[in-house]
Amino acid sequence: MKLDFSPEDELFREEIASWLAANLCGKFDSIRGRGGPGDQHMFIDERKAWEQKLYQGGWTCIGWAPEYGGRGATIEQQVIFNEEYARAQGPGRAGHIGETLVGPTLIAFGDQEQKDRYLPEILRGEAFWCQGYSEPGAGSDLANVKTSAKFDDTNQQWQINGQKVWTSLARESDYCFVIARTDSKSVGHRGLGFFLVPIDQPGVTVRPIEQLTGTSEFNEVFFDDAHCSIDDIVGEPGDGWKVAMGLLGFERGVSTLGQQMLFQNELDEIIVLAKANGSAQNPQIRQRIAEAHIGLRIMRFNSMRVLSSKETDGSLQKEAMIYKLYWSSWHRNLGKLAMDVMGSESEVLEDGPYQLNRLQSMYLFSRADTIYGGTNQIQRNLIAERALGMPKEPRG
Amino acid sequence: MNFKFTDEQMMIRDIAEAFLAQTSTSAAVRQAMSTELGYDLQLWRRICDEMCWQGMHIPEAYGGLGLGYVELVATLEQMGRYLCCSPFYASVCLAANALLVAGTEDQKLTYLPQIAVGKTATLAYTGESGGWDSNSVKVTYQKQGDSYRLNGSYRFVPDGHSAEILVLAARDQDTQGDEGISLFVVPANTPGIRREWLPTMDQTRRQGQLQLDDLVLNSDAVMGDVGQSWAQLEQILDLGRIAVAAEQLGGSQQCLDSTVAYISERVQFGRSIASYQSVKHKCADMMVKVEASRSAVYYAACVGDQFFNQTSDAVGLAEAASIAKAYSSEGFFHNAGVGIQLHGGVGITSEYDIQLYFKRAKSTETFLGAADYHRERLATLLLDTQVAL
Repeated sequence: MKLDFSPEDELFREEIASWLAANLCGKFDSIRGRGGPGDQHMFIDERKAWEQKLYQGGWTCIGWAPEYGGRGATIEQQVIFNEEYARAQGPGRAGHIGETLVGPTLIAFGDQEQKDRYLPEILRGEAFWCQGYSEPGAGSDLANVKTSAKFDDTNQQWQINGQKVWTSLARESDYCFVIARTDSKSVGHRGLGFFLVPIDQPGVTVRPIEQLTGTSEFNEVFFDDAHCSIDDIVGEPGDGWKVAMGLLGFERGVSTLGQQMLFQNELDEIIVLAKANGSAQNPQIRQRIAEAHIGLRIMRFNSMRVLSSKETDGSLQKEAMIYKLYWSSWHRNLGKLAMDVMGSESEVLEDGPYQLNRLQSMYLFSRADTIYGGTNQIQRNLIAERALGMPKEPRG
Repeated sequence: MNFKFTDEQMMIRDIAEAFLAQTSTSAAVRQAMSTELGYDLQLWRRICDEMCWQGMHIPEAYGGLGLGYVELVATLEQMGRYLCCSPFYASVCLAANALLVAGTEDQKLTYLPQIAVGKTATLAYTGESGGWDSNSVKVTYQKQGDSYRLNGSYRFVPDGHSAEILVLAARDQDTQGDEGISLFVVPANTPGIRREWLPTMDQTRRQGQLQLDDLVLNSDAVMGDVGQSWAQLEQILDLGRIAVAAEQLGGSQQCLDSTVAYISERVQFGRSIASYQSVKHKCADMMVKVEASRSAVYYAACVGDQFFNQTSDAVGLAEAASIAKAYSSEGFFHNAGVGIQLHGGVGITSEYDIQLYFKRAKSTETFLGAADYHRERLATLLLDTQVAL
């Protein structure tokens, strides 16, 4: 067990740090530190252009194997990349879903034709993706999806009907991956398919959901006779659940380190504020800032442990199961800390009618953290049942 | 970077687990608790002679095995898990560390080989105030020619009534804070030292109090630079904090494991109480505490290794130690408390072991500074200094 990086890895660190110093400037100055959670819908055009800049430097999809255009970067290098990226205040990655979810899923479960078609445009920062999992009746109970996919023999296409909800970045995306029921008589996790659906078509309607922040990061996506080609199902009809669960496994990998660096930027902002407005002298605020620091450092150590012992098949070990509950609870507390450090000023907006500053927005949006991607209640069930082997909940 | 145990470290951990499962049973712990010494001499001899744990991180030049802090922490975690009653913590994690950090070459050559073969030792520095910072060093020394005259009293000294070698902190009269603090190492039977057992709520580790009345020491007992030792003492304490946190981690894990085992057997209203969601969610929270504590402790163990290899500075050590101690103290206490609650009525009987963990959680929580002490220490680094963490 050791924390030190090898001399080769330190050279890699210098390479990415100096590239970022030379390139994250000029017209990209305005997006430094922007586009994090709650802010993902901001500066979309600039952040898409930034993805292409990253690609030119060879810095997109670095964890992918070289045969798919990646660097085959080791876990250590990916850790370093994320650290340096955040240190340089790199913006929230517009290509995040393609790079960390769709790419690994196609590499693991897709056929050659799908890899050839979709991976290069993700790599180049030219195609952007969103995620079509939840539905009005399928939140925590994801297997209850009702969206249907029927094969249309005449047109040799899949025809999709139904509704997805809580889809981040749907308006800014080119494609949505969708789990839909291929067997209309099936229930639960059987009879599902995993589809790659273009957004820009008459059968797809995206409607923003106004959130408590007054902004709309999430959307509803309606499919009315939307279609995708015969080749756009990953795996076979009926394999959807397996593919979807595999994808969730990829979600908890290295990208968590990038998320933590955004958290670090928020905590740093709170510390600067506390020093400036005198709340850094309040003993209770001091305790809570230290508590936040402890929590964030441990979050990083947790990730390093999980990454160091990651199974080669991408499966999750027990320790990884605490991650969602841990970070979401931490971040929700950070939101409250931010407001308490701001004190009375926390009520006052940047501007009317409802323009929140970054910390106010984070405070409100952090209430979503403990809900999306599996609520804290569901996370506790999963930990108890899968990691501790306690009896399963009865199912209706 | 490789943040997991190597195969050799796993082996050390597994051997410790197997040995302690056999020797530090509930009955053995209760037997040791009932003695004034506080541990079983026979078990201690086996730990020293068969397992050689006490020499684990002492360099080979001083009679030890020359392994690292990660190996030590892996072993301590198991000792905490099995509530092992022994003078190991005081001898190795306080006194041996003090000699390694602050001892002169002569002192290392004299005392470390003794500890490596099983002589017991401890560190005394705090007193009546019950604080853990530099101001809590109240024992004074007066320099008289080549010798030092020490007066005052210590409390909360692990195995203070029985250890054979003592490391003592004292301050030059009329100094305060970080200034004027010196460290001394002496055989415990030196005239001028009175010692007695301080009965404590947690009976799995003994504490003693010491009274010094005109203890006269020669300059060869002085560790480091006279009057300049607070910085080194703080490093010694940080190494000791990492070690306590490792024990707390083991205890915290055991609270979870024994609770899940108990509730899985217990049936009420015709079903296992482990099937109730309110119970499951409490256990999930316990697991979060255990795993987060594990990450903090293993990280701190790596920093301990870096510190001995001189690739981490004192600030890095302090940060890692305070994080591990603050989190593991509260995590262990939380898990022991929830453990009692989920055990129901039997949780408050003396028969079940969960109460022993509840007591150990509290005693280790306050020892070397509770969570609020360490959070304030981190807050000082974050808010009052220009140091980048």
